[in-house]
Amino acid sequence: MLELDRISLSYPTDHGRRTVLRELSLTLEAGQIACLLGASGCGKTTVLRAIAGFEPLEGGSIRLDGRLLSGDGTRVEPEHRRVGMMFQDYALFPHLDVAANVGFGLRRLDAPERARRVRALLDLVGLSGQETRRPHELSGGQQQRVALARALAPEPDLLLLDEPFSNLDVDARERLAFELRDLLKAAGRTALVVTHNQAEAFAVADRIGILQEGRLAQWDTPYGMHHHPATPEIAAFIHREALLARRAQANLRGAPPAAA
Amino acid sequence: MTANGRFQAWPWHAGTALAALAVLAPILALVGQAGQGSGAHWGHLLQFVLPGVLAQTLGLLIGVGLLAAALGVGAAWLVTAYDFPGRRALSWALLLPLAVPTYIVAYAYLDILHPLGPVQEAVRALLGYSSPREFRLPDLRSLPGAIVLLAFVLYPYVYLTTRSMFASQAAHLMEAARLLGHGPWSAFLRVALPLARPAIAVGLCLVLLETLNDIGASEFLGVQTLTVAIYTTWVTRSDLAGAAQIALVSLALVTLLIAVERRGRRRLRYTGNRRAAPIRRHVLHGPAACLATLLGLAPVLIGFAAPAAYLLALVLERLGTGQGPSPALLRAVGQTLTVSALATLFALAIGLVVAWSRRILPRVHAWQGALPRLATLGYAVPGTVLAIGLLFPLMAIERGLSALRAATGMDPAGLVLLGTPAALALAYVIRFLTIPVGTLEAGLDRIPPSLDQAARLLGENVHGMLRRVHLPLLRPALAASALLIFVDAMKELPATLLLRPLNFDTLATWLYAEAARGTYEEGAIAALCIVVAGLLPVILLARLMDRPTA
Repeated sequence: MLELDRISLSYPTDHGRRTVLRELSLTLEAGQIACLLGASGCGKTTVLRAIAGFEPLEGGSIRLDGRLLSGDGTRVEPEHRRVGMMFQDYALFPHLDVAANVGFGLRRLDAPERARRVRALLDLVGLSGQETRRPHELSGGQQQRVALARALAPEPDLLLLDEPFSNLDVDARERLAFELRDLLKAAGRTALVVTHNQAEAFAVADRIGILQEGRLAQWDTPYGMHHHPATPEIAAFIHREALLARRAQANLRGAPPAAA
Repeated sequence: MTANGRFQAWPWHAGTALAALAVLAPILALVGQAGQGSGAHWGHLLQFVLPGVLAQTLGLLIGVGLLAAALGVGAAWLVTAYDFPGRRALSWALLLPLAVPTYIVAYAYLDILHPLGPVQEAVRALLGYSSPREFRLPDLRSLPGAIVLLAFVLYPYVYLTTRSMFASQAAHLMEAARLLGHGPWSAFLRVALPLARPAIAVGLCLVLLETLNDIGASEFLGVQTLTVAIYTTWVTRSDLAGAAQIALVSLALVTLLIAVERRGRRRLRYTGNRRAAPIRRHVLHGPAACLATLLGLAPVLIGFAAPAAYLLALVLERLGTGQGPSPALLRAVGQTLTVSALATLFALAIGLVVAWSRRILPRVHAWQGALPRLATLGYAVPGTVLAIGLLFPLMAIERGLSALRAATGMDPAGLVLLGTPAALALAYVIRFLTIPVGTLEAGLDRIPPSLDQAARLLGENVHGMLRRVHLPLLRPALAASALLIFVDAMKELPATLLLRPLNFDTLATWLYAEAARGTYEEGAIAALCIVVAGLLPVILLARLMDRPTA
């Protein structure tokens, strides 16, 4: 279980500091998948970086399964947090082949055991037989799966996914969103996904959080979010895409264009 | 904050600070030492030494600067804007003179153009004269001679920076100028040239620093520059304080040059990073194409092909008589390789500390950002100035070590650094540290930060990340900087002359001694070795230049 308790964070800028997260709190049950949704610059990625241990907190605390990770003067190093992350650019090591990438975090296992585990993970993500290929020889979708397998390999208590579909073309996105949900559920992982695309969020998540200006505006199930938006802004945000689709259809039907 | 295995930042900070200190120490020591010299000394210097020396130095700098700029910019424009037979080959061959150090080009041409040498003999034969007394070309040993020779081996610095600027320049700007009624010549003068000005400034600064650093060519050709004056004041007149004072003047000139270059580089930012279609080359035919090929070929012939071929002929002639290189020369080869390898190793290690610290450490104070910049200033300090500056801190260290040995009951006599190859290697490291720092910083900048974070989240600490991710990815950058440092150390003359131990010769000092004696037999072997080694980084440069992203 992931608990963020009133975390606050700011970045230094040329003119003092810019507040990014203001007293943000949320609780994610073990085994659940949550999506943080918000416009760019609202602090989504910063939440992930804070949980991973790359950003020091100015207030509040982060706990994972009861362990204090950040807060109260404590800051566990990233490598000791038992947190995995799939990066927006996948961050595959270009000098290592697929098997070595997936096995990177399995240093403590002996070689045969590591090879067995790598094979099992590649099986899970459907990349069996690709062990010796290099990242640059793979398609975007394949790279994404390698990144997922690599993040899952050390069996982290929490998996963070930063815009997991932004590097894929539109067709692949939808297919892989469902696939990703199945994979995460099969692996039984707790996961926090960050995205700006609500179709992805609604396809993947058990819980959706709307981030606005560093605050959590609503934290709800997809059903609740869709039917009972907490504020008019959230309603507008949630339904904007539907509105755009309707307008596009109207244009195609030959309705007079709106004044520019 | 005591989580086990927590990364300790201070050793890396300390390493960077130590590198910066090592570079600054000779400069500060020099300023301090020159300040201590008597005022009467300065008076003598100002009255009798400096006016002539400064006039010769400035004359040389201005002359070399103008000619090298003309050659470099002209060659860059020729291969960018026109197409003619041999253009592709010329575009990298124009870099070849970089392989010939200034003292070697002077050494070779003194013999080639000697009144009894092959060229003057041929000219006399052609004109029907029989003796050098009846006809001879103007003496090479003069300021104009030095200007021409230096410019023909140093112009590639301008060529390199300007060519990449011309190549990345928006072709449509040139086309717009043409449509606005300017001919090709006028468009070049009013658009291309002003846009390339920052690049020219950067290349020209390197040319002038090399000119100021040069000792061999100026001395062989009888030009009394600051560098030569420092050397003779110290070595011939054993006047260390006087040498330090002249060195300080030289340092002031360098500071001025760097300030001008920094201004030029600042403006480079605004024009350099535009990705645009390259200029469409104008295809030349007939006599015009011939002329273009000849024009492009001339600097390569004068700056590289002629001296290299001459040296090769001398070496072949000597080998043809069955005489191999002497044992003393072979020993110089071994010593050159050893001290260069030592310097390369240390420069790489220190460069890695400086570059990697910058990547990894949070910058809390402004001075932490300034340290790496300070650590790379050594390239600008002329070798003779560096050698004199190093002397004072080294003497202090020796005194300290000797006292330490005396206190612990050991024999206090004997030197550890001064007069040993270690001092020489130290000077090379200081002078060439900018190579590994710059190359490794560029290499690290190409590694996305997400790779660092991925490695950390997969259970590696900071040092594991260095070992398993950064070092393997930096291998090409490490190899390239090792090559560049090694060859630069091999070629280094001025600092080596002043700091080498007794009976210790590198190829460069061996050649210098041979040239001073006017013997060419074995010197040619040493010179050819240096030129061949110098070709390696030129090939590397040419390959980088042809890569579209470079």
